[in-house]
Amino acid sequence: MSKLTISVRKFDAVIVGAGGAGLRAAIQLSEAGLKTAVLSKVFPTRSHTVAAQGGVSASLGNSEEDHWHWHMYDTVKGSDWLGDQDAIEFMCRKAPEAVVELEHFGMPFDRTDEGKIYQRPFGGHMSNFGEKPVRRACAAADRTGHAMLHALYQRNVRANTQFFVEWMALDLIRDADGQVLGVIALEMETGEIVAFHAKATIFATGGAGRIYYSSTNAFINTGDGLGMAARAGIALEDMEFWQFHPTGVAGAGVLITEGVRGEGGILRNSDNERFMERYAPNAKDLASRDVVSRAMVTEINEGRGCGPAKDFVLLDITHLDPATIMKRLPGIREISIQFAGIDPIKAPIPVVPTCHYQMGGIPTNFHGQVVNPDGSTVTGFYAAGECACASVHGANRLGTNSLLDLLVFGKSSGDSVVEAVKAGPNALKELPADFADYTLARLNRLNTQKGGASVNETRLELQRTMQKHCGVFRFKDMLVEGVSKICDIEKAVHLTEIGDKSATWNTARVEALELDNLIEVAKSTMVSAEARKESRGAHVRDDAPDTAANPNGRDDELWLKHTLWHREGNKLSYKPVQLKPLSVETIALKTRAY
Amino acid sequence: MISSAELNRLRWRCTRRAMLEMDLLLGGFLERQFHDLTPAQAVAFIQLADMEDLELWPLITGKRECENSLQAEVVNMLRDVRVK
Repeated sequence: MSKLTISVRKFDAVIVGAGGAGLRAAIQLSEAGLKTAVLSKVFPTRSHTVAAQGGVSASLGNSEEDHWHWHMYDTVKGSDWLGDQDAIEFMCRKAPEAVVELEHFGMPFDRTDEGKIYQRPFGGHMSNFGEKPVRRACAAADRTGHAMLHALYQRNVRANTQFFVEWMALDLIRDADGQVLGVIALEMETGEIVAFHAKATIFATGGAGRIYYSSTNAFINTGDGLGMAARAGIALEDMEFWQFHPTGVAGAGVLITEGVRGEGGILRNSDNERFMERYAPNAKDLASRDVVSRAMVTEINEGRGCGPAKDFVLLDITHLDPATIMKRLPGIREISIQFAGIDPIKAPIPVVPTCHYQMGGIPTNFHGQVVNPDGSTVTGFYAAGECACASVHGANRLGTNSLLDLLVFGKSSGDSVVEAVKAGPNALKELPADFADYTLARLNRLNTQKGGASVNETRLELQRTMQKHCGVFRFKDMLVEGVSKICDIEKAVHLTEIGDKSATWNTARVEALELDNLIEVAKSTMVSAEARKESRGAHVRDDAPDTAANPNGRDDELWLKHTLWHREGNKLSYKPVQLKPLSVETIALKTRAY
Repeated sequence: MISSAELNRLRWRCTRRAMLEMDLLLGGFLERQFHDLTPAQAVAFIQLADMEDLELWPLITGKRECENSLQAEVVNMLRDVRVK
C-alpha cells in the first residue's frame, strides 16, 4: 500500500452490513431486480445478530388474545415515552406480517401442538395496556438470531444478492448538495480501496457496544456506520441511551442470565454482605435490572467492591445444591468456568453491570430514510437496525424488539430504496472530483504516522473512560470530567501509529480504522449524557433522583426531546419527540412503573 | 509455515466472531498458544475457527462429540484457555 489508488464500481444500491437488518433489506432490493452490493466485515451468518437468543415479538395471538395496540403501548412505555409513536405504531402493526414472512423464508420457529408459531412471555410485554403478561415472543429454541440469519441469507442467495465479504466500509461519499452517492471501502484480502458508487446507500452496521470496557457485544460492534455518518456531517440521535445488563462476567463481559438470580443467586460485596437487602428490601436480588445495576455501582463506588482493584461484586450460588446448578444452570456453569475461571458450585462469580444494546443512532423515519435535523431527508441515504434510531426504543428497549426492529425497518428501508431508484433517473449522479480525498488522506496519515499512539492502548483507555464516567449510573462531576477526557483521547486516536504497513490482510490498519469510528460514538455518548440533566429510561443520573415532582427523575417539561449530536464543533441540538401515532390516539405520558 | 498475511487473516476470523464468547476464546488461544501447535494441530484449529459459533460451542462444552482425536486434542486445549 505504498501508493493509494481507487477504483470505482457502480451499483443501484449498496448495503453496508449483513446482519439481520442488512440481509432483510437486501431481499427487497434483489427481488425487485436492483443491482445490489452488500458489504460485510465478516461472512453474513457470522454477524452479531446470532447472539440474539430470546426471540422476536409479534401480536400473533397464537396462545392467547393479543393486539398490536397493546404491543405499541408496551413499547412506548418501555421507551419511557422517548420513542416516536408513529414509528412504534408502524413497527408493532407490521410485526405479525414480518414474522409470517420470515416463516415463509424457512425460519424454523418453535410450534404449538396445532402447528402454529409457539409464543412465550417476555419481560415488559403485556396484554390490555399493561394489565398482565402476554405470550408474544416467537423463538427458535435459544438460537433465534442464528436461525433468522440463516433463513435471510438463503433467501438472498436465491435472489442473487452480490456479497463482498471481509470488506470494511470507510467513508460515505456525499456531494455538495448533501446527497449520498455510495461508500468507499477496503478489501481486507488485497488492501484495495474501492468506491461503491450507488443511487442508494443503506447502513445496517449494527451497534457500537465496544465503546465500553465491559460489554456483552462481540468485538465486531465498533459502530462503523455511526462513525462514517458523523464524519459525513450527519447528526447522531439519543446517543446517551445504552442498555446495561447487571451481570456480565467481570473483565470478560460475557452475559450471566437473570435466571441465575431467579434460581436463588445472591449478590455480595467485599464484606460478604447481601447488599440488595438494603436497596430493595422486598425484591432483593430479583429487583429490576436498573435497580440492581445501580446498587452494584454504588457498592463499588463506595469502596465495597471485590478483588484487588475493588471493581466488581460477587454473584453467589454456592449455597445452592450442586445438583440444582447442574440441572437448571448448566450453561452458566460452563460460561463461568470458561470465562471467570471459577466453578460457581465452589466459589462466587465476579460480575459488573455490562453494556448490552445501543438505543440511539443514525436518525431515520419509519421508512428507513435518514433525516436531517430540520426533518427533511438525506437523499440517497437509509439506515436500519441497531445503528439506526427510528426511534422505536427511545430511552430503553423492550426485550425481543431488537429482532423485530431489524426485520421491519430492514424491509421498509429496502422498500424505500426500490421506490426511489425506480422513480429516479437511470444514470448515476456524477461523483465529485474530490470524492476520495478525505478517505485517502486518512489512510495516508495512518501509513506515515511516526511517534503516535498505540491502537490497543488508546482503545482500552477509551473503553475504561466510558465505563467509569458514563456507565449505568451517572454522576454530574464524572460526566463533566468524562467530556474533557474523551476529547483528549480523541487527539490520540487521530495520531495512532501502526507497525504493519503491508497491503494484504493488514488487521492492524483495520483496527485503527475501527477506532476512528469508536471515538465518534464515545464522544457523542459522553457529550449527550452530560447535557441531559434528567433521568429517563437507561440514562440514570445521581443528581436527577426520584421526586414527587419528577417521578423516577424524569423531567418531561424540559427533556421530552431527542438529542442530536453534531460532530462539527462537538455540539448538541434537540428535536421534538413524535407523540402522534399514525392512526390511533397518543399514548399519554405516565410514570413508568412495572 | 503460516505466512504473516495468513496469520492475520486467521486472527481476523478468530476475533471478529458472531459471539463475544468465541472472540475471547479463539482470539486468546491464537495469541497465546497457537504458535506451540504441531502442524497437524494447527490445521485442526483452523478448521475449528471456520465453524460457526453455535456449532463450535457444543464441542467446547462437551455437549457434542468431536469428529476425531486430533480435533478433540485441540478442543481440550481451547477449554484450558483462561480468558482472565
